[in-house]
Amino acid sequence: MSAPVPISLVVNGETYDLVAPPRKLLSDVLREDLHLTGTHVGCEHGVCGACTILIDGQPSRACLTYAVQMEGHELTTIEAVAEGDWLSPLQQALHEEHGLQCGFCTAGIVMTFEAYLRDNPQPSEAEVRDVLSGNLCRCTGYQNIVTAILKAAQVMREGQGA
Amino acid sequence: MKPAPFTYHRPGSLSEALELMARYGPEAKPLGGGQSLGPMLNMRLARPAHLVDLNDLLEMDYIRDAGGMIEIGGLTRHHRLATAPEIERDLPLLALAARTIGHYAIRQRGTLGGSLVHADPAAQLPLVAVTLGAEVVVRSARGERELPAADFLQSIMTVDLAEDEIVTAIRFPRQAEGEGCAFDLFSRRHGDFAIVSVALTMERDAAGAISALRLGLGGVGPVPRRLAEVEAQAVGCQPDAETAARLGRSAAAAISPEEHPEVPAAYRRELVETMTARALLRAAGQEGATA
Repeated sequence: MSAPVPISLVVNGETYDLVAPPRKLLSDVLREDLHLTGTHVGCEHGVCGACTILIDGQPSRACLTYAVQMEGHELTTIEAVAEGDWLSPLQQALHEEHGLQCGFCTAGIVMTFEAYLRDNPQPSEAEVRDVLSGNLCRCTGYQNIVTAILKAAQVMREGQGA
Repeated sequence: MKPAPFTYHRPGSLSEALELMARYGPEAKPLGGGQSLGPMLNMRLARPAHLVDLNDLLEMDYIRDAGGMIEIGGLTRHHRLATAPEIERDLPLLALAARTIGHYAIRQRGTLGGSLVHADPAAQLPLVAVTLGAEVVVRSARGERELPAADFLQSIMTVDLAEDEIVTAIRFPRQAEGEGCAFDLFSRRHGDFAIVSVALTMERDAAGAISALRLGLGGVGPVPRRLAEVEAQAVGCQPDAETAARLGRSAAAAISPEEHPEVPAAYRRELVETMTARALLRAAGQEGATA
């Protein structure tokens, strides 16, 4: 029974049928079976945050989840955040504020804060830094990421009001 | 960093989960949020042959008023403990502690029952359970039993749980209305397990003096500890800077932390002294007060 099993996943609104052993991490299934390589894999034990995706809208580590667990749940990955060529306000702000250098951590940060800014549309800088502590970035020193997230929150609030 | 092969079970009900645990017992592990078990599986520190996934058992995800107690299902996620209005009202110490667990994404998955069973000596929820005198509800196909959290937690990552048992709920005594409380932890990096953590609740009489105090410490031994003898000394005193400093010194004197190459015992003792004093002042409403 640890042999490969059929798994049906709903990712970004599309249904995928695949066969994988139960021990296969969701992060590996997304990348290797579904070819959704925007989800990055760093530490594989939940610390670095690079593989963060949304499970039923909530940010979660794909490396601490097995694909087999996700039947009946809705998954959202970085591939679904932009609409065509239009970046989300958060992605746009990261671009404008130079909130990334190598970009390895960026997908995880975007997924975490797409969810968090819905939860808390008007965060303080301290709150942003608290949440951002779950995503490691080895390039930027975080300053520009924090600036970008606060800017994105403002843009999103204004968009709501308009 | 890939787990060893296992057989995956996704029971549709708690009774089905208990049957699976009865059948596979020593070879099976129940899987909650997976925020501690996941890393252990990935690093192959744990290699169960069977994983019994509890994540879809919504019957174990609840917060319910049970007389004087607040009963919380084992599958209730940290994020809910940190944000639910009824926890904020009835168990503010639990809400404060839950907000400090790991990171935002970790709190979305991690569960109360999982944290208790994992029993990391520095973890927040076992400390709150011991400090508030919570009861752990344990079930198996053989029946149900209930025991104090202080008895459930036996040693480092060791709990009183048979191979076929699952923690289904925790019962917390509701905190008194107007009771002050504080939760604080110290770690080198934000979100890491604490070197020392402090949980404190305090009630005051009409004259403002301390009428009841609970003080729990985490990270100072194999399991979280409540310091009953130190608590008693503070009763009848005004919760001022002098009392806070004395409480801090008594707490530091009451523990015997181990020497550790990175954390000398004296350092841990100083942390306990400072953080206990600060917690008392914070619980008294003197936010940001330093002692």
